[in-house]
Amino acid sequence: MGQVIVETKDLSKTYNGFTAVDGLNLRIEEGEIFGFLGPNGAGKTTTILMLLGLTEPSSGTAQVCGYNPTREPLKVKHIVGYLPEKVGFYEDLTARQNLSYTAELNKLPRDEAEKRIEELLATVGLSQVADQEVSTFSRGMKQRLGIADIWVKEPKLVFLDEPTTAIDPEGIEDMLDLIASMAKKGITVIFCSHQLHLVQRICTRIGILAKGHLVAEGPLDSLGRQSISGGKYRIEVEVAQANPDLLDSLKRGAGIREVQSSGNTLFISCDEDLRSQIAKEIVDSGSLLVGMKIEEYSLERIYKTYFHED
Amino acid sequence: MIAIFRKELADHLVSKRFLILFILVLAAAIAATYIATQTIRGAVTEDTEFVFLTIFTTRGTELLTFLFFLSLFIPIISIALGFDAINSERNSGNLSRLLSQPIFRDAVINGKFLAGLAVLAIIIVSVIAIVAGLGLRIVGVPPGSEEVLRLIVFALISIIYGAFWMALAILFSILFKSATTSMLASIGLWIFLFFFMPVIANAITGNAAVQMMVARVSPCTLYGGATSVLLVPELDESTASILYQFVGRLPTPLPFSQSLLLVWPQVVGIIALAAICFAVSYIRFMREEIRAI
Repeated sequence: MGQVIVETKDLSKTYNGFTAVDGLNLRIEEGEIFGFLGPNGAGKTTTILMLLGLTEPSSGTAQVCGYNPTREPLKVKHIVGYLPEKVGFYEDLTARQNLSYTAELNKLPRDEAEKRIEELLATVGLSQVADQEVSTFSRGMKQRLGIADIWVKEPKLVFLDEPTTAIDPEGIEDMLDLIASMAKKGITVIFCSHQLHLVQRICTRIGILAKGHLVAEGPLDSLGRQSISGGKYRIEVEVAQANPDLLDSLKRGAGIREVQSSGNTLFISCDEDLRSQIAKEIVDSGSLLVGMKIEEYSLERIYKTYFHED
Repeated sequence: MIAIFRKELADHLVSKRFLILFILVLAAAIAATYIATQTIRGAVTEDTEFVFLTIFTTRGTELLTFLFFLSLFIPIISIALGFDAINSERNSGNLSRLLSQPIFRDAVINGKFLAGLAVLAIIIVSVIAIVAGLGLRIVGVPPGSEEVLRLIVFALISIIYGAFWMALAILFSILFKSATTSMLASIGLWIFLFFFMPVIANAITGNAAVQMMVARVSPCTLYGGATSVLLVPELDESTASILYQFVGRLPTPLPFSQSLLLVWPQVVGIIALAAICFAVSYIRFMREEIRAI
């Protein structure tokens, strides 16, 4: 796999006796779109601020692209972009001026910066309004400008904190496309959001944070298996003209834990993805196989299993 | 830091705030000068050595001197330019974006402070130059080289005085989350120091030394004393009372070098007060945890 971009070891943060982040171990590799989930106050933003070197950890260590954000904050900030939840721009400056200022703060050479800003404004679809004051922008436009703003420095890693809240559905689509195109350019994305269906759509891996702990982590399907099906694969099979012995012969199959039937539908629970083996069994038994699907997990359901007791 | 300085300076120079302040100060300065030039003939006697400087310090029958106007306006300009330096960035959501750029955190304060100070310097220097030019035209007496020197030092001290108020305003903009609160706090402190501190000092009767100490805690008193010494080399009664080491001396003009020596403690006092504000700002801002903003 790719290079490790973010690695934390027992990272903790305590504010006046309140533990915001508690022994967090996180590992994010290059090119991932990592969905960082958790209810408000779970410690997501605190974690991001620690990774940026804006807040000092109480204990534990963090590494971002091989740098320690507490010791070498400037090096980290050179290659990391942060789009805060309530992003703001200088309202009386134009979009272009705002981006130029960011470029200047990053010490980009002027002509290179101008070229890059022009390209980025086109990428985020703000070329038409580049010379308008930001005060005239809608919330969605500001968010897109925010994406351009963190992109100016050509980061290796970006943190997006709730980039899709309070923007209209069309704006959300634009936003997701932009995030995807960032990832395509090789930028690692850490995406915090409460809009689970969006996270599910674009993230390659997901981490769920609760009370400062990472309670679950992994790609969506393995997360679902762990949290909902107790680590099992669930396969739903529809058959016709079922052989009466089919149920028993399926139950005998290696790796198959449980078979339940309801009319023409069988629910099979197994240790691994045994779809081809099951199909063969059904056909061999002389029954007709009408359809088969493996259970897909919605992030919404997975998320609820962690937080329904709260 | 240079990037921040440049942006802040540009922001100030095109802001309505700057335009209003400049017009205000200019109008007051011209009015004061006009009054002064009308009454200057009565004020200048045969013995007056520094005719040109009296333009800045002569008062009409009711209206006040240019010097007084400037001592009134410098804190107002500084506070107006600095009171929302940090908290406006915070409230507009720019601060976290700014601090996630590869810059040192103190560069934000430094850049803003220097930009404000540059604007203040522009206002002070241009107003003094305009008044001097106006005075020259109306009175027709060219300034001597010593008078020019005194004016330059006067401008410098005025800028230092402004630096104190700027540092104070920036400190309040860090301490208070709301821009309105920080402005009220700065203005309130200014009113206290400018109007009430002398009253409190006067109320302490009996011990002249204690009275003097109380009065000189206030940067307003320090500035008033220093500028009077510079612009009124003859040292009238009221000035002398601030500088107690000169109580009872003969009313002859002081040489420039002696004036400088005399204002030195006052200037150091103002610089020290500014440095304290600045140090507190630094500590507060650098140590501040940037939490979910």
